[in-house]
This record gives sequence, structure tokens and C-alpha cells, in this order.
Amino acid sequence: MVQLQQAADARAAAQSRVRLELLTELVRKDLKVKYKNSALGFIWSLANPLLYLAVFTLVFGVFLKNNVPWFAVLFMSGFLIWSFFNSATLDATGAVVGNANLVRKVRFPRVVLPLASVGFAGVHLALQLLVFFLFLIPSYPDAFGPQLLLLVPTLAVTVIFTVAMSLLASSLNVRYRDVQHLLEVALLAWFWLTPIVYPVTLVRNELARAGVLWMFKFYMANPMTAVVVAAQRAVYVHPVVVGNDGKLVQVLPTGGYGFYLQWLAVAAVASAVLLVIGLWTFRRLQADFAEEL
Amino acid sequence: MGAPTIVADGVGKRFLLHHKRATSLKERLLLHRQSSSEAFWALREVNLEVGASQTVGLIGPNGSGKSTLLKVLSGILAPTTGTVAVRGRIASLLELGAGFNGELTGRENVFLNAAILGLSRRETERYFDEIVAFAELEPFIDNQVKHYSSGQYVRLGFAVAVHVSPDILLVDEVLAVGDESFQRKCLNKISEFQQRGCTILFVTHALDLIPRICSRGVVLDHGRVLHDGDPVEAAERLRSLLGTGADQSGGAGLSADRPRVAAVRLFDPAGGADKGHFRGGEAMAVELDVAAPAGSAPVTVRMAVTGPADVPMWVMESDPLHPGPDGTATVRFTVKELPQIKGIYAFAVAVRDPASNVTYDARRFGEAFLAVGDTGTGVLEVVWTTEQVER
Repeated sequence: MVQLQQAADARAAAQSRVRLELLTELVRKDLKVKYKNSALGFIWSLANPLLYLAVFTLVFGVFLKNNVPWFAVLFMSGFLIWSFFNSATLDATGAVVGNANLVRKVRFPRVVLPLASVGFAGVHLALQLLVFFLFLIPSYPDAFGPQLLLLVPTLAVTVIFTVAMSLLASSLNVRYRDVQHLLEVALLAWFWLTPIVYPVTLVRNELARAGVLWMFKFYMANPMTAVVVAAQRAVYVHPVVVGNDGKLVQVLPTGGYGFYLQWLAVAAVASAVLLVIGLWTFRRLQADFAEEL
Repeated sequence: MGAPTIVADGVGKRFLLHHKRATSLKERLLLHRQSSSEAFWALREVNLEVGASQTVGLIGPNGSGKSTLLKVLSGILAPTTGTVAVRGRIASLLELGAGFNGELTGRENVFLNAAILGLSRRETERYFDEIVAFAELEPFIDNQVKHYSSGQYVRLGFAVAVHVSPDILLVDEVLAVGDESFQRKCLNKISEFQQRGCTILFVTHALDLIPRICSRGVVLDHGRVLHDGDPVEAAERLRSLLGTGADQSGGAGLSADRPRVAAVRLFDPAGGADKGHFRGGEAMAVELDVAAPAGSAPVTVRMAVTGPADVPMWVMESDPLHPGPDGTATVRFTVKELPQIKGIYAFAVAVRDPASNVTYDARRFGEAFLAVGDTGTGVLEVVWTTEQVER
């Protein structure tokens, strides 16, 4: 009996290793196909955030004068996280539909398809973070402190939430193709509702002025807000800084890391629940993938 | 026969043919009440038990459910009724090179495809040279697959698939690809699998292959198992189903006054000149004279065309013919466009009673016509018409 159990365990382990390798192989394929015949190759993956940075710095730094010093650092620390979530989810939406000929003809664990989209976006995030930190060394050395550890739980929650959304979007899109269009619009609204191009304190102050500070809880319950704000705290470091006009500006909530960890925990629970729902939905729907496509 | 490795118990598969299918939320809401769909059972009550190291040939007319059965057994489709139990590592060759990416090189695709089929990277590295040698693609392995010929493409696909070393191999008509030497190689590989004790289930239209490599033949028709047992009998059963049997003496009396085929003519429908050589893409007409005793009931004529290697290609059947006062009738089958598949075609003709399905007369015409096409294989889509001709 024990031997049988061991053999079964060994087989299960071998199987998950093969799945992981399949995932790697799919991510590798996507990267190769994307950058084949392109002279600049990977550099293009940096062009997109840089372009956003230029536009938002112009709009919020020059036209609207948001009075946040080092706006580029605040923006980038949130935006890179967001863009990982955004591109992984959108890409995963078409992952099963786009591989129809494979799904119809070959038996393999379908779940690797949306996961490969997350992996693909993950490679880009890693690369973009690397370049971002290389840029921070000379220009913003404050970032390199112990608070940077906050990025570890932040990234973990982001990945879980993204995987959950990807599973849901990819499987539902097989049945209802308008998931894709719906998601494109929803993600745009979601982006502006997440404090990426404006500091989160702006929202709190406005809500407090309107006398509905209790609504701030709902604002923070958005898991993307929790991870973006935590990432900003980790990289931007200073909650209160001297603004461009010489007065003190509160950019991020003060009072230690409790606020950030608390909302990260809420986001972690929400992500875990969504992951269970996502896995359940995917499993339920995948039996019919070959027929629906 | 060892313990069964595949057990299909009462397997049925229903497809819903949607006339109006909600593919978006809006349609879903609007069509909520009036969505119309028609159920189509591709498989019904299929019971199949395949023991370890058996080789089973799965045959049947087009649309009989063979491919659906393979897909259900391999787990791509979920059965609507019944259960499927499979023991061991299963590899299904439903389509060779599915998942190849044209932008990648042959080498990259080997690793990708092997991973999809469940091979670890280390195993792929170990088999890599063998795979490339088997596909005979050494000089081209670092070229992009989009530049491969269709033959090279399927060769590489087959080479990867057979190196997965499965316990159960499900093959769907892939042996029909490639040139003769490659086909022989594939067959050798299959017998190698047989010796290794691998269970093989394969779909084919090449009936002469069935007795050669199978220990068992299963005939499917309209989603049901019609015959399960001796492979030679299975092939004969299908031939008679298709009306391509070597010689059929129907149940009706063999007297001289039954309806019979009097003459057959092949010609070019445009010019009207008789001919025996046709090119792929050309039109072809076949006229058959049926002689029946005066006052006979209407008969139908069924013509089955078999291609190279005796593969049944397509079957045409006329509407009931009404013999003239002298007892003769002429029917003309016109094929709008011959498939681009080269080779020598034969056909079998049967005169039947549409009411009782009794065959009065059946004849086989070997080497009936020669078609000169581009390829050895292809998708077969034959558009044909039938009409009774007054003479």
C-alpha cells in the first residue's frame, strides 16, 4: 500500500512538473512569436509604460499641476502593477478561443492557456521592474530601504488576483464572446478608479470633505487599489513630502504599515475567494470547450 | 487479452445543432425563449472494451461517429451519456501538427508540441535527434515551419507524436498522409508499438489495412456499433454497407429478368466525348443504362467510387428511376469537380429496390478512370448531381 501511494505521488509530481514545463514552453513560444522579426524586440515592452509616463506626466504634472514631486516614481510603481494585471487579463480572455484548433484536437490541461497569458505578462513585469529599479538607483535612492519588502506580499496578491480573473475571463469568453468587449470597457473604468495617476489621499480628502469618509472603505476594497497603494508605499517611501509649491503634501496614508497590510489582507482574501470561483468555473466549462469552439 | 485499458460503457454523444445560437449576452437575453436547437446523436449506446495490447480498427462511412468516438475516448469531448474509463498514458493523433506555430522553427515546434502532448523537456531532448531523423527533416529543422511543405509538416507532427511513448494510441486517419515510403515507416512504427504492448485504436478508410494490422475491427454506422469482432468480416461488412462489395448477390431472385446494369459510359459533360482520363478539378459524367423487365417498379442506382488503395471515397445515389415502356432507364451522375487526388479510381454500381433495399445487381469496375491531380491526399468534397436521362 505504501509503495503504491509513493508511486502515485511520484506520478503526480512528475505530472505537475510536466505541466509546469508546458507552461514555460507556451510562454517561451509567445515571447518568441511576439519578438521574432522585430529589430528592437524586448525594448518594445518598455515603450508602452514610457509612453504612458510621458503623457501622464504632461497632463498631471504640467497641465493640471497635481503638486506631487517625483510624480514619475509614484505613477510607475502603481502603473507597472496595473499593466501586468491589465494585459494578462485581456490576453487570457482570448487564450482559449485563440487556441481553438489545439483545444479541439489535443488533450492537454486547458488551464495552462490562461496561465500562459499571466506568465507572459509576468516576464514583462519582471523586465520592466528591473529597468525601473536600475533607473531608481541614481535618481531616487530613497526607494532602496527595508520598506521595499512590502512588494513581496503585494506582488503575491496581484498574481493571485490576476490568475483568478484570467481563469474567469478565459472560460466565460468561450461561451459569451462579449466578455472580451465588456472587459475592455470595464478595465478602462477600473484603471481610473484605481489611484494610479492620482494619489489615494486625494480620494480620501474629497470623501472627508463631502462628509462620507465611510465610503473610503469601499474604495479601498478594490483589490487593485490595495496592491497599487502598497506598491507606491514600497517604492515612493515617503507618505508626506514637500510639494512643488514648497508646502507639505500628503501623498500616501501615514501611520505605519498597518493600513497597507490590512488592506492587502482584505485583497488577499478576496483574491483567494475569486480564485476558487475561477477554478470552479473553468473546470465546469472546460468540458464543453471543444464543442463550443 | 489483459485487463481492459479502455472501457466505454453506454457512451452517447449528443450535439446540439443550433439554428439560432446565442453567442453573446444580448442574444442570450433576446433568444431566451425562442432559441431553437436540434439534437443530433453522433454516438448512441456505444459499449466498447479494449484490452491491453489490442489493435482495433474503427471503420464506418463518413459521419458515422468514428472521430467523435476517438475524441470522447481521448477526453477532448465529454460524453453526454455513459462513462469512459481509460488506464494508462494516452496519446491521440487526431491531427498531426495541431498546435504548430508557423513563425517558429521546426526545432522550437518540436519542443512546444512535445510539451503539449505531455513529454517533459528532458525526454524531448533525449528523443530530439530520433524525432528529426524519423521526420527526415535534418536539413530543415531550423527553418520556420511556415516554409514547410504540407508533407514535411505532417511528418514532423507524426514524428513528435509517436515519440510520446503512450500506453494507448488513438489514431485518426493520419496514415493517409505522406508518400508511400513514409506510410510504410508509419506502419512499421505502429507494429513496433504493437510489439511493445501498446493498445491502438485507429480510424481509417483504407480497408485493406484493417486485416493487415488489426486484431479486431469495429464498424460504426450512425453512431452505433454495427459489428465488433473479426477484422476481415468488419471490412466486408463496411464494403457491403457502402455497396462496394466485390460481388453482391442480392436477396432477390437471381433470375435473368431482374433489373440489371446494362452499360456504363464515362464522358466529359461539356463536350460529350467518352474519356477515361480526368484531371483534378475537371467535371466528369457517368451514364448508366439499367435494363429492367417491362413494368418493373422504380429502382435506384447507387454508385460508390473507391480511390487509390481501395479507399471508399464517395457514394452517389440516384432518385428512384422509372423504367420506360421498353424497361430501360438511363441515369446520369455528374461530378462538378473531381478532387485533386491522383490515382486510379474504381467504382461499384448497384441497382436497388428503394422500398426493400434489396440489391438486384451489383458490379465492380476496376480501373474505371484515371485522375491526374496535384497531391496524394486532400480534403474530399465532391459536388455531384443525378438525373434521369430520356433517350
